[in-house]
Amino acid sequence: MSVTIEKPNAPMRRPKKGINWEKWGWIYMRVSGIVLVVLIFGHLFVNLMIGEGVKAIDFAFVAGKFANPFWVVWDTALLWLALIHGANGMRTLVNDYATKATTRMVLHGALLVSTLALLILGTLTIYAFDPCPAGSPADLLPSFCPAV
Amino acid sequence: MWSWVLHRITGVGIYFFLLVHILDTALVRVSPEAYNAVIGAYQTPFMGVAEVGLVGAIVFHAFNGLRIILVDFWNIGTQIHRPMFYGVLGLWLITMLAFTPRHLMNVFGW
Repeated sequence: MSVTIEKPNAPMRRPKKGINWEKWGWIYMRVSGIVLVVLIFGHLFVNLMIGEGVKAIDFAFVAGKFANPFWVVWDTALLWLALIHGANGMRTLVNDYATKATTRMVLHGALLVSTLALLILGTLTIYAFDPCPAGSPADLLPSFCPAV
Repeated sequence: MWSWVLHRITGVGIYFFLLVHILDTALVRVSPEAYNAVIGAYQTPFMGVAEVGLVGAIVFHAFNGLRIILVDFWNIGTQIHRPMFYGVLGLWLITMLAFTPRHLMNVFGW
């Protein structure tokens, strides 16, 4: 007994040429996710568990961390990996729940603009930061600032 | 399905916190007074308790994300996704039992 298989009705779709961005997005979520577990658990442990925890966080605390290249690298990686991970996750939700093409376009545009703006703002916060601004009360500044 | 729903909800929550957190940290470039005033709002008892919720969301998203990676790449991952989800809940509970008392001690000065 032989079985005849009908030819499929749908024409064969040729694979699209060029970079498969969705695949790289999928890979990015997993790779950045693993790194973020380490970066965020470390961030939370140092800022919330050690010493006085959240009570100790003020301008001098942040200035002290940014004076250390270790935390500069840590926080830069945290900013870029986390914000892009989050924005790409939000893009997934927009694709799932925004059914109208215009809504999707507006939301994707808002994600792109806000992500770029916050990446620039955040990077400036880490690198264009003055730990000892002139004219500020000394008791708010980190101890390494020169006395005026 | 619940792991999927929780992953989405915690993801969105963490995302919006991240937006605010980048903006509040950027205040260090405005002035020490501006930063201290805004960060002081995080140091109230109410926000201290809310931070337990934030950390709970982050810890769940982290462990469940690692479970998703294991489902994707481990050859028996799809067969044991359910026991792994109970593992996520167990690890979440252990982590929160370690975090919450210490954090609340800091918040309330116990």
